[in-house]
Order: sequence, then structure tokens, then C-alpha cells
Amino acid sequence: MIQPLPSDLITVNVDGQDIAVPKGTNMIEAARLARVEVPHYCYHPKLTISGNCRMCLVEMGLPAVDPATKAPLMDPATGKQKINWMPRPTIACATNASPGLHIRTNTAAVQDCRNSVTEFLLINHPLDCPICDQAGECKLQEHSTAYGRGYSRFVEQKNVKPKRTQLGPRVTLDDERCILCSRCVRFSKEIAQDDVLGFIDRGSYSTLTCYPGKQLANNYSLNTVDLCPVGALTSTDFRFKMRVWFLKQTPSIDCESSVGANTEVWSREGVIYRITPRQNDAVNDTWMADSGRVLFKEVSAADRLSGATLNGAQVTQGKALQAAVDLLSGRGGRAESGAVKGVAVVSSGRSTVEEQFLTRKIADKLNATVALVSRVGVGDKILVSADRNPNIRGALVTGLIRALPEQKLTALGAAIDAGQIQVVLSMGEDLIAAGLTEAQQAKLAVIYLGTHQNATSAVASVVIPTLTVFEKAGTLVNQQFRLQKFARAVPGLAGVSDDLVTLSYLLNALGGTPLGATLGALWPVIAAEVKVLAHATYDTLPSTGLLLDSASWAGLPFVEGETLHFKPVAGPGVTS
Amino acid sequence: MAYVVERKPLTLAERLYLPQIFAGLRITLKHLFAPNVTLQYPEERPVIPSGYRGVPTLVRDPQGREKCVSCQLCEFVCPPKAIRITPGSVPADQPDRLHIEKAPQAFEIDMLRCIYCGLCQEVCPEEAIFLQNQYSLSGYTRAEMVNDKARLYELGGTLPDQHYKWDKKKAAAEHGNTH
Amino acid sequence: MTALYQYWLNLPLVLQMVIKGLAVIGFMFPFGGACSLIERKISAWMQGRHGPNRAIPFWIAWVPIIGPLLQRLGVFHLMADGGKMFFKEDPIPGHVNKFYFVLAPIVAMIPALTTVSVVPFGAYIDAAGQLVPLILADVDVGLLALFAVSSLGVYALILAGWASNSKYPFLGGVRASAQLISYELSMSLSILPVFLWVNAPGGSGTLSLFAVVQAQSGPWHAWSGLWFIFTMPVAALIFLVSLFAETNRLPFDMAEGEADLVGGFHTEYGSLKWGLFFVAEYSHMLIGSGVFVLLFLGGWNPLPWLPLATFAGWLGLAGNPLVVGALSIVIFLSKVLFFVFLFMWVRWTVPRFRYDQVMKLGWQKLLPLAIGNLIVYALVIAWVQVKN
Repeated sequence: MIQPLPSDLITVNVDGQDIAVPKGTNMIEAARLARVEVPHYCYHPKLTISGNCRMCLVEMGLPAVDPATKAPLMDPATGKQKINWMPRPTIACATNASPGLHIRTNTAAVQDCRNSVTEFLLINHPLDCPICDQAGECKLQEHSTAYGRGYSRFVEQKNVKPKRTQLGPRVTLDDERCILCSRCVRFSKEIAQDDVLGFIDRGSYSTLTCYPGKQLANNYSLNTVDLCPVGALTSTDFRFKMRVWFLKQTPSIDCESSVGANTEVWSREGVIYRITPRQNDAVNDTWMADSGRVLFKEVSAADRLSGATLNGAQVTQGKALQAAVDLLSGRGGRAESGAVKGVAVVSSGRSTVEEQFLTRKIADKLNATVALVSRVGVGDKILVSADRNPNIRGALVTGLIRALPEQKLTALGAAIDAGQIQVVLSMGEDLIAAGLTEAQQAKLAVIYLGTHQNATSAVASVVIPTLTVFEKAGTLVNQQFRLQKFARAVPGLAGVSDDLVTLSYLLNALGGTPLGATLGALWPVIAAEVKVLAHATYDTLPSTGLLLDSASWAGLPFVEGETLHFKPVAGPGVTS
Repeated sequence: MAYVVERKPLTLAERLYLPQIFAGLRITLKHLFAPNVTLQYPEERPVIPSGYRGVPTLVRDPQGREKCVSCQLCEFVCPPKAIRITPGSVPADQPDRLHIEKAPQAFEIDMLRCIYCGLCQEVCPEEAIFLQNQYSLSGYTRAEMVNDKARLYELGGTLPDQHYKWDKKKAAAEHGNTH
Repeated sequence: MTALYQYWLNLPLVLQMVIKGLAVIGFMFPFGGACSLIERKISAWMQGRHGPNRAIPFWIAWVPIIGPLLQRLGVFHLMADGGKMFFKEDPIPGHVNKFYFVLAPIVAMIPALTTVSVVPFGAYIDAAGQLVPLILADVDVGLLALFAVSSLGVYALILAGWASNSKYPFLGGVRASAQLISYELSMSLSILPVFLWVNAPGGSGTLSLFAVVQAQSGPWHAWSGLWFIFTMPVAALIFLVSLFAETNRLPFDMAEGEADLVGGFHTEYGSLKWGLFFVAEYSHMLIGSGVFVLLFLGGWNPLPWLPLATFAGWLGLAGNPLVVGALSIVIFLSKVLFFVFLFMWVRWTVPRFRYDQVMKLGWQKLLPLAIGNLIVYALVIAWVQVKN
């Protein structure tokens, strides 16, 4: 008999094992909850059901009732309700669980179905595994190992289809490998809202292609590559670069905007090869923007800062740090006339929470004015928000800033013109791009802590190289006030210290209380000082992030519009 | 739990030990006059049996095209991590390699690391890497002991190929089931 | 020839002795070295190898048949090795006691070369028809002197082990001392029956080895024509086993023990000093083999019941002392060489004993056997001589 359950849960039986599942769950997910894998190609939990691959065929049965009285029919042999098994298998993806539903996934009939489907899929599939980028993460490869026969009975010639079609600027299609699951078609239509893909021709001649005159060029096109269960859609950038089994996966965060899409960084021996989305149903589901996937190229960019300089000359890190301390504490400087009066910190919304915390401490110690550089773009309503700073809210949370940054650094410019500011500590920000004039910058002694060269690093008195987001670990606060962590994917440049080490050195040298230069040492301090971060530590932060209490900043006019899983509370502010 | 093994008590002859020594002397004397089995190496060379695992090499097919498609399975399987491959794609405009999409840009085997286990040959899906009969390898520097792609092909030469994969690809493309 | 002989006899005795001594040393050194080459070749052949066969001076390579043959026999390796031994760097490790470290190989050589003086290596028949031994010092204490001096050889090993000031040489030295002392007892006891028989009551007592050979030079069917190995096989066996132990040859290779002690007492030695140890070891081997041949195998007598004098008479050489002397030396040396071969043969046949086995064999097996053997032979010899 079926046990009475809370209204939203129903009991189903998977391979003889009873399990409670939410109503509306389809059979694949129900089986997943029972830890039974139902192989499938076309089904994707975030897309509509199409049911065309037929790989998920299972046997299904329902409790028998008397047609007239609706009374349960009991099996005298077992004393349980009889199960009426369907005479033919059903696709598990398109059948929702109903109370008392029975699923059999391990019978000979189901095995036979899977074997047959696999054999049909492999009929025209080329033997490309040695050169296929999908090998190693290919569903067809996995299921062929489990359900394939190991040799081919197909004596006719295989279909020949185009091998290297450019579907768009970033996606290459190998039509021979396509198994026509239509995941990419549904994604383009449903998620990317850019309906460009479709099938032409019939039967085994069916071919995936773009609509005439269109291209798969939207900013989410590479998600079709992730979706593709086989190697038909491949990333033009990653194509033939490295086999996936060599790559180490590191959880990271997409830093291109305040959405904070969760990502996976794939690297081998300190070289990053690709970035893919990491599932976080509260932030980005299983998607991310194409623009976030190329950010790793900044790690080995030609304009990367690799060594400390002092007035343009290469010096050791220690000397540069000492010069920075001298400048900040007023013992040196470019301002020949008179002593240094004012120090300003131009902080960054790209720094991590920990760096912003240390920056605040340094600013407090120096009584410096703090500015933050604003970056506002146009949100695409999916996974790129209008605020292109990934961590504005981190600066608010740590108390580095109290109000949202102004669009240009006009206040700072005015202070420079008034002669109140002579020294600026820039946390990797280009002051010219942020709104200062050349003339204003020329009046300053700039200490630049950044990863790449720009107009400011070129004229800075002291340049201390720092690490990119892929070379360090830390946390960011996204537009939902969700504290998310990322790990170090590759080792930093030789001779470049971790940003936390550099900042805590500066803080110590300026006479601040030593706070530690590691995440483990820093987090207890942050948790003790910042109320909304109390009890948080880097190590115990869940991989899906921690939603912070944002009540204190509810009134601020954030610029973000609506995106996936985010609705602005205070209404969009500036949306230019 | 210790087992006590009962041994047969030794006979007097065995305990005297001398008969055994004489038997041993007989055997060693026999070996004194037996023909020598060692080879006078630089002058006499050993006959390399088939299936010998010498220096790993890359081979070409009888048309002189490289067989390796840089699938990197050998790099993966190599126990001492002696193989290092940089994969590359073949541009579509090369007429003689029209149906080849992928080939190694660089292929290096560090012979100071190689243990001659033959797993690379065993794993190769393209029958492109073979451990052939080259057994004497030396160099003055470490760099010299790293065989690059050119050297590997020079060592490997051409092996008779049974199944002309690229030809089949070409034939399929030309006469295949297109529409 | 005769003039030369006369000239020799007219030389002062001291000068004669010095020349003879130098001649023997000049013989022992290369012969010891040659033994090392023989050892390498025999080891190789027994193991199915070719052994050293590369070195050849270029002008000998031009000689058609002889040159390649000598090359294949590895003869020139001996010279090459010797030359290398002389000219290679001779390091003295920093942690050693320098004086004793340098002293040890010298101490090893002295007994090895001294003992030759009491070993007769041939005989000739003088004008009076008497058999005269070829010996540097035909003294009555003969064998006793030999034992006394050769026992000093152990000091070389102990000194080397101790002066090296490192653990493996030290262990090697300790093992060597214990082993040599253990087997010297059985060795001395095993030869007493021989001298009991040689020194019959009434005659003047002697420990001269020449006398021992004389006692084995009887005519056809006489007891005295049998070599002692036939009449005293147990004594011969004990002496032979002890000889292996005394010369540190396998299977009693405790002092070196490459497998467990790296190189034993000579681990820290190199070049010529190391070479001296080896010449000393081969000299001991040669002299030990010589003593065995003299004591139990009839010395220079070609066959049992066939004394040298009779043999020379058959060949019609009795009147020519030089030729008889040379013949006797050849016979004696070929017997010794067979023993040298036996040493090598046994080396590749019997594996090295464990140290406790060496001690057990020495003290619990050989010593009681030697004592019992002495008692039995004392009684038998007493009975035989009383009957006569």
C-alpha cells in the first residue's frame, strides 16, 4: 500500500526500491533520486522535453485498480497491490511520476532497447574518437561502452556529411557526429532567445544547420558546445587544443559582470585551456556567456606586468614595496614642493572581498579618501548584467565604500585640482579610463597594484604586479548579495606575490595591526568585523554560495536590470 | 600463526657436504668448457627478434603521410610521462591531406624518461607509433636525448600499412553516401 | 754454462742469498698479478663469458696469429691493469688514520714474501748423487717459521679495517681476525700427523718441508712411496679447508664480503695500495698451495712411487743438475697451478658461508676432527713404528 505523504511528495518505485519524489518529476529525475542512472541524450533538465533520442526507454507500471469500483486489485501471492506493466517501454524523460508509479530500468527488454538505440546511433557515427574533442566527456562514448556491441554489423557505407562547418564565429560543427538530439536547437530558442538552428532533410540525411543567412553568433553560442552530448558542436577556440582528460577542473567565478556566473576552469600544468559553466541553479543554471570564456587569455597576455618597477626601472619586489610605503606614509614622493598632504585609494570592484577588506584597512590607516571605479554597460537580461564590476557589493559589505561609485572620478579629480591629493594607490585601475585627465594624473605619484599595463601603470611611480583571478583564491559578492568563492586554478607568475601578501605587507609596514596574508588567517578577522559576514569562512562556504543579508543596502540605486534568477529590488537605476 | 615445516633429516652424505661440493665442481667444470654465450658487442650485433621493443618512433603510411592524429592517448598512457604532444589542426586547403583534420604540431619523446614499455604502441588507435629495433641511443646533452617530431619520423620511416585510412576517408567523401 | 755455475758458486754467500731473494720476489709479484688475470679469465669462462680480451699494443697486433691469440687471452690486460694501478690517483680518505692506513698494505706484503724463503720449490741432484732442495733457507723449523710469519698477515687486515675508520672495513677486519685465528688451530693440528710420521724415533727431529717431501719419495711398493694425501686423507682435507679459510678465499670470503660489507677491509683503499692487498692474497694462495703440495702431494715428485731422482734417471738427466732442477720446478709449479685453479673453481661452485656457519665449521667441526685425527694417527704411527 502507498503510504500517505506530504502533498507535494509522491512515492514511486524504481527497480523495486520505493522513493519519495516531488510531484511533477519525470522518470529520469525520479530514477536519479533513487541513484539509478537512465541513459539519455536529448533530455536536459534545463530545456524542454523533446523525447527524440529514445535512449531513456524504461518499463513502466501502474498499480492495478478494478475498473468498475476503483478498488485496488491485490496480488494474493505477495499481498501487495498488483502492478499493471505497460506492454511497451516508455521514454523516461517525457513521463512524469504519478503516485505508485513503478519503473524498471534493469530488465532484459530495457537493455535490449538501449543496445538497439546505441547500435542505430552508431551506424552513421564516424570513428573520430581519437581526434574528437568530446572524447572523454562524450555521452555517446560512455553509453557505447555500456550498451554498444563493440563491433559493427553495418556493412554499407556510412553517410558522409560536412565535417567542418562554421556555425558561427565561435562554434564549429561536425555534422557526421551529430545524433540529432536537438538540444542546441532548443537552447538557442529557449535560453539564448536567438532561434537560428534547425534540422534540414529527412531520415539519416537530417543535418543540423543555421537558418539561411543567419549565424550562431549570440553571446551564448558556446553553451551549445557544452550541451552537445557528442562532439558535433565544438568550440573553435578549444578545438584540437588539448584532450579533456588531461585537464584539471577548478571551481571559479565569471568576473565579467556582477552576475557572478559559476564556472569551471580547465587547466593543465599551469596553462588554462578553457572555461565552462558550473551548475548553480540559483545563479546561472548550467549556462554562461561566451564573453566570460575567453577571460583566461589575460593570464598570458603580452601586456601582463611581470616585475615590479620604480619610476619605470625594474626593481625587486621588496624595493618597490618599500618605495610604496615611503610614498604612502609621506616620506618620499614626486611632489618636489612641500610634503605630501593627501593620499587617495582608487579601489576596484574587481578585487576580491578579502582584498577590499585589506584595502579598507590601509585606507583607514592612512586616512585616505576612497574612490571606486564604476563600470556600467548594457545588461543582456540573461547572464551579463549592466554592472561590469563583479564585486561592487563586496566593497559595500566590507565597508570600503558606503555609496555606489560615481560614474567618473570627478570628486577625486577636483581634489587633485585643489591640491589636496598627491598620492594615489590604484588597485589595478586605469585612472585615465576612470575619468581623470592626463594633467590630473601627472600631478600624482601613483602606486599601481595591477596585473596588466595601462595608461596609469605607464606613468606610475611604483608598479607592483598582482595576480589574475585565475591565479588566486578568494570570494566575490554578486548582484544577489551572494557570497561566492573561487579557487586558484593555476600557479601565479614567477616572482609575483599573492595580492593578499602584498596588501598585508603594505598594511603592516604602514603600522597597521598584522592581519595575516592567507584566506585562513584573514577570514576570522573579516567575520568578526563585518556583521553580515559573521560565521562565514572561506573553507565552509558552500560551492553554490551564501546569500547575505542585503537589508542595509536595499535603498541603493544599483544599476543592474533583470537577469536570469535576478530581479532588481530597488528598480533599475542607471541603465545607459 | 607460525607453521613448523617438517624437513626430511639429512643423510650422512648430505651432512658431510663434500659430495655436494664435488657435484657442484662437476657442473662448474662443465661450464668452463661450454661455449661462451656473450656477444662481442660492437663487432657482433644481436639478432633483433620480431616484437622487440626498441626506441619508440613515429611512422608514415606508404604514401608518406603522417599517421599520427595527435590523439594524445600515448601521452596519457605513458607511465613515466616521457611523451609530450602539442596537438594541431590541419588546414583545410592542403590537397594531399584533404581528409585529415588533426595532426601533431610538436611531438617529443624524452628518451631519458622512456622506459621502453611499449604501452604507447599498444594504445595507439592509428598504428602510428612503433617501438622498433633501434636499441642503442646516446647523446652528450639532455636536450639531445629528447626526440622531436622530425627525428621520430626519421627513426621510424615507413611501415607497411594494412588499411590506408586516409584513402578510405577520401573514397567515402568522393563516392560516399552523400546526397 | 758450467762457467756461469762456477761463477755463481764463487759469489759471496750473502750476495747469493740476496740475488735468490730478489729473484723469488721478482717472480712472486708478476705471478700474483698473473693469478688475478687467470682468475678473471676462469671466472668468465665458467660464467659463459669471454673475459678480458680487448687490450693489445698496436705493434703486437701486427703479428699475424700470436697477436690476436694473446689479445683473446687478455694477456695485455695484466700490464694495462698494472700500469693503471701504478699511475692512477691514490686517494687517502680524510677520516682515516694515515699512518696505519698506509702501513696495512705493507704489512700485508711482508709475510707474503717472507714465507717463500722456507718453501722449497724444487730439487736437483748434486755430484754426490744427493738430492738438494732449491730453497732460500732450508731451516729445520721450516713449517713452523712459515706458520709463524704467515699468521702475521692477519694484522694487515685488522690494521686496514681499523685504520679505515669506517664501519664496513671495521667489520671486515674483525671478521678476518676471528676467522684466521679459528682456522689456524685446525690447520696446525692437521699437519702434526705428517711430522709425527716424518720424525721417526731415532732420527734428528725436523720441521723442514724438504724432509717431508723426502718422506714421500719412496720406491715402488714402499709405504714411503705413497703421498700423504693417500695415507692421511682426513688431515689433507682439514688442511685444505683451513687453507681456503686462511687465504680468505670463497667460500670463506668473510673479510671482503662484497655482498654485505661493500668491500670489507679494503673498502677505503684504491689504486696501488689496493693492488698490494691483492698481490698479497694471491701470494698467500700460491704459498698455501705450495705447502699443500709439499705436505700431501709429494712436492716435485711426478707420481706416487716415482721419485724425482728415478724419473730423472729414466730420462737420463741425472748428471745435469740444472735440468733436473728446472724439471722439478716445472713439476712443482704445475701442481701449484692446479691448486690455484682449484681455488678459482671452488669460488664459482660453493657460495659464501654465513659468518656463524664459518665459526661453527671451524670450532665445532674441523677442530674436533683435527684433534681426533691427531690421536688416531698418533696411535697408528706409534703402533707401526713399534712393530718395525
